[in-house]
Amino acid sequence: MSGRAAGIDDSLQAQATPVPGLWPGFWATLRRDLLLAFRHRGEMANPILFFLMVITMVPLGISPEKAVLAMLAPGMLWVVALLATLLSLDGLFRSDFEDGTLEQLLIAPQPLYFQVLAKVLVHWLTSGLPLTLMAPLLGVMLSLPEGGYGVLVLSLLLGTASLSLIGSIGAALTVALRKGGLLLSLIILPLYVPVLIFGASAVTSVVEGFPASGQLAILGAFLATSIVLAPLAAAGALRISVNG
Amino acid sequence: MGWQWFHRLGSPRWFYEKSSAWIPWLAVLSIALLLWGSVWGLAFAPTDFKQGNSYRIIYIHVPAAFLSLAGYYVMAISGAIGLIWKMKLADMVMKSAAVIGAVLTFVSLVTGAVWGKPTWGTWWVWDARITSMLVLFFLYLGVIALQEAYQQQDTANKASAILALVGMVNIPIIYKSVDWWYTLHQPATIKFTSESTIHPSMLYPLLVMVIAFYLFYALALLLRTRSEILYRERKTRWVQELAEAGKGSH
Amino acid sequence: MLQFESLSELWNMAGHGPYVWACYLITAIAIVYLLVSPLRRRRQLFEQLRRQARIEAAGQSDARRPDF
Repeated sequence: MSGRAAGIDDSLQAQATPVPGLWPGFWATLRRDLLLAFRHRGEMANPILFFLMVITMVPLGISPEKAVLAMLAPGMLWVVALLATLLSLDGLFRSDFEDGTLEQLLIAPQPLYFQVLAKVLVHWLTSGLPLTLMAPLLGVMLSLPEGGYGVLVLSLLLGTASLSLIGSIGAALTVALRKGGLLLSLIILPLYVPVLIFGASAVTSVVEGFPASGQLAILGAFLATSIVLAPLAAAGALRISVNG
Repeated sequence: MGWQWFHRLGSPRWFYEKSSAWIPWLAVLSIALLLWGSVWGLAFAPTDFKQGNSYRIIYIHVPAAFLSLAGYYVMAISGAIGLIWKMKLADMVMKSAAVIGAVLTFVSLVTGAVWGKPTWGTWWVWDARITSMLVLFFLYLGVIALQEAYQQQDTANKASAILALVGMVNIPIIYKSVDWWYTLHQPATIKFTSESTIHPSMLYPLLVMVIAFYLFYALALLLRTRSEILYRERKTRWVQELAEAGKGSH
Repeated sequence: MLQFESLSELWNMAGHGPYVWACYLITAIAIVYLLVSPLRRRRQLFEQLRRQARIEAAGQSDARRPDF
């Protein structure tokens, strides 16, 4: 509730003063969304709990043997982190769509690209980043070999950011649909394939004693590309979803 | 003056009436080539000394795989044309291309799997090509699902066009990644016989089949787009008159 | 040059027959589906439009009848 009040506050300020520029707009959206996320801490914890619980299922479903788990760990951690990111994506634009904030963003003088970027950044800060920080702990539970932890964190850091960005396109395309959640997963998962391949492979190759710099560089390239392109596509998709 | 045809394409009715004349030609030509290529490939092409007769499946597998990829570009580009120039016809082509592409991708997946059984001894191998084909199939299904999810036709068109374009940008990346992933995990024993080593007498029927599949694709796309035109224009006078005239062919 | 001596050999293809013929059958089904489904849809649409036109025509003649 008070989060919405903060939003109105901002728009009142916008009316009083001459049109705020690009960065003030970016920061306003960022601050507002962070505040909203912080007020709904419980929701924020859900993907992380999901991550933890699914990883717990792995030894129960396969085998508690150390060697088996160590072999599966890099891929498992990556796959589950990917699913956890997907879980929280549906909410990326949903509440803004329902309370009309999204329409305000669309007609705001600041380019939509940066507004989307701010929202995606908040999504990553509240889902991708905690998942990344949580990953080493789960790595221990899956007996990930010693050398893998640094690269696990680094690869997830780069990778989950790309996942949030790519996912924002799907979230924007399905925001107007009542049952968009499952559809969102269907349309986005195939696009996650490259990130998953290089992310999991980075960890595996470090565990096997090879350098992972190549994979990390490619993950970085994915991130750079998706920063440039994904918000553009998401912004276009948002205009379609809202205006029809 | 030279662009008049392009503007006319904006009128689905014009296209519907114009394209009636093409259908018999396309139908006869593509079906004849399909039959010719199949008979040639099944009975007359020499038997491969390594794979035996199972290789005859490539005469449908390879053309289907070509078209599933080409079909995605057809879909995405017509989606883009629909988005940029707001051309109704392009939207209808896009929707039709999605279904046809998904069916052809499915065909190439199934024939690939069936081919694997006598060749590799298993129905499914996580081979680079089959895996990327599977991802392509998912991409098609996503576009179709999004198209179906929207009640409003216009929103459905635009949304699925954006998804198709995003997919088109991603396809080369996905293919390269899966290729790279495969070289990393490639078991030494399993390897495709590269197509360049195929003997010419085996290659000619394949060429016939590729051309036949392209023609068939054009025919199927045309038929599907035309039925979509009729459906979307069902409230207009000219479609109702067509319905009254009834039994008119095509 | 014909590769098979008899029809049964063509059918059998030295053991690979079931795989090869299954593939061609599946493809044939897909091709027939892609050709027939738009034509069927058109026929159904036309039938529906004709039915609608009849109902509307009947409705108009109904409207001309005096009320009781």
